[in-house]
Amino acid sequence: MIDSTGSAELDALRLSFEVALRSVAFSLPLAVLAAWLLTRARFPGRLLFDAFVHLPLVLPPVAVGYLLLVLFGTRGVLGGWLRDHLGIVLPFTTAGAALATAVVTFPLMVRAIRLSLENVDRGLEQAAHTLGAGALDRFVTVTLPLMLPGILAGAVTAFAAGLGEFGAVITFAANIPGVTRTLPLALYTAMQSPHGDALALRLALLSLGLALAGLLASELLVRRVRVLLGR
Amino acid sequence: MLQVAASKRYEGFTLQAQFDAPTPGVTALFGRSGSGKTTLINIISGLLPADAARVQLDDQVLTDTQAGIHEPPERRHIGYVFQEPRLFPHLTVSGNLNYGARRARQRPRVVAADEVIALLALAPLLQRRPHQLSGGERQRVSLGRALLAQPRLLLLDEPFASLDAARREELLPYLVALRDRVSIPMVYVSHQFDEVLRLATHVVLLEAGRVLAHGPINEMSLRAELQSIVGPEHVGAVVDGVVTRLDEADGTAELAVGTGTLQISLRAVPVGTRVRLQLLARDIILAVQPVQGLSVRNALASTVLAVDADGYGGILVRLDVGGATVLARITQAARRALHLRPGDAVWTLVKAASTRGHTYPLAPRS
Repeated sequence: MIDSTGSAELDALRLSFEVALRSVAFSLPLAVLAAWLLTRARFPGRLLFDAFVHLPLVLPPVAVGYLLLVLFGTRGVLGGWLRDHLGIVLPFTTAGAALATAVVTFPLMVRAIRLSLENVDRGLEQAAHTLGAGALDRFVTVTLPLMLPGILAGAVTAFAAGLGEFGAVITFAANIPGVTRTLPLALYTAMQSPHGDALALRLALLSLGLALAGLLASELLVRRVRVLLGR
Repeated sequence: MLQVAASKRYEGFTLQAQFDAPTPGVTALFGRSGSGKTTLINIISGLLPADAARVQLDDQVLTDTQAGIHEPPERRHIGYVFQEPRLFPHLTVSGNLNYGARRARQRPRVVAADEVIALLALAPLLQRRPHQLSGGERQRVSLGRALLAQPRLLLLDEPFASLDAARREELLPYLVALRDRVSIPMVYVSHQFDEVLRLATHVVLLEAGRVLAHGPINEMSLRAELQSIVGPEHVGAVVDGVVTRLDEADGTAELAVGTGTLQISLRAVPVGTRVRLQLLARDIILAVQPVQGLSVRNALASTVLAVDADGYGGILVRLDVGGATVLARITQAARRALHLRPGDAVWTLVKAASTRGHTYPLAPRS
């Protein structure tokens, strides 16, 4: 399984990217919606919803993975329906790994976006209102652009964190080479195998580099957007 | 005509106001901070729901809580210039100006983009971002943005509040030019009477959420209610006149007011200009006999209309001066000494120098 040609690293790296990217793409619109609901909407059970959104932050990732398995397993409540009606199978697939990653990184993303939404000057939305912009128009042309730093920060942070999600992925999607064996899973596997030390070190360094690059990119991006927004 | 009747209750504050404002025209909502001015225009704009309200602009009912009518702000086409410029930071000046303009394409045009840009001198700013502008420039852009949305009515909420005195002086002429060149009715919130004097044709006097009086500015300047807002020191009749002679060397002008002539301090205003000035009651001197050897430039034959205690320990005398009404504030001792009674003939003495800073050009009568 493990060879020293470097293809294990490349596979894991490519998979990690794919999983993190799909997870961000999937959760970003939902995170914006959740942030909006938590900041602007008044509805019964808001507090409970708030807690629910932040649950993955405090729940052991393995528990998240297990609960996902219960829900989305082919015999699960949602999993059966998805397979029968849409032909979607999530456990033990790359898409499943992305879902598990999305759930775990969701609170990170929502927090960043929510913070930026709270900082949006309602006065600007009022101004847009008097200038003839309806609710959706205002959101798209004023609120969303002003939230951009937070959205970017949230997406990059979630992406960087998603590259390294371990517990939820291995529980829900297992450790299948080329399918769900992302960087941390490959690292774990290498550590478990008798001659994997060198590979483990390379994978660990790779993870370190990626994490650093991700954080730097996030900071630079946000600064750049802030300048554009004149702050 | 804009007809407004609104009530709104907050913790510790109740607004209960009703007034009419002519369209076109500039109506000032005048009162101290906390009198309910901003609440009132927020209700007119539709941004703030009232407990009970009826707002009608010309023949369109915008709000009628009884009939369940509430036109949303984006469909009212009422421009709003806020205290702070509230420019969109992610757009350039040109993007800000276009924001309302783009959404008003289907609307009847009240003002052309070129004219607004020229009037407000916005051309050099178009490519800049809001954070690269000075405070005065920002407020000019905000004004232009509201105008280019082709509003049927323009609300201005103390647009100079965030500016220092110098910037205010710089911006006021733009608003005056706007009033004279663009026929958009305006409702102007202010707590500075000199701003009202320069801009407004009508005034609504507000105190503690209630309308004390409303009507043309000249009429309102004579109302006792104004005193409670501006204080007795700043009460004075607002009169309009036409410049008939100008002495540039002296810096004085002769003004036809009613049937009389008034000499005032005035520069650089051509003969024929209509001007408005406020004759502060505290600056007016009354004489029961012709006087000589005084430096006062104006001694106008007048008739006492009324003599009333002003509620601040002084006496307010209302005078007819050749058809114009003027107020004079005198002491109780002076009243006793002169035996002033309604119908008495007196001389009203006005220092030309005391009118400086209280005189403003008006729009030519159309």
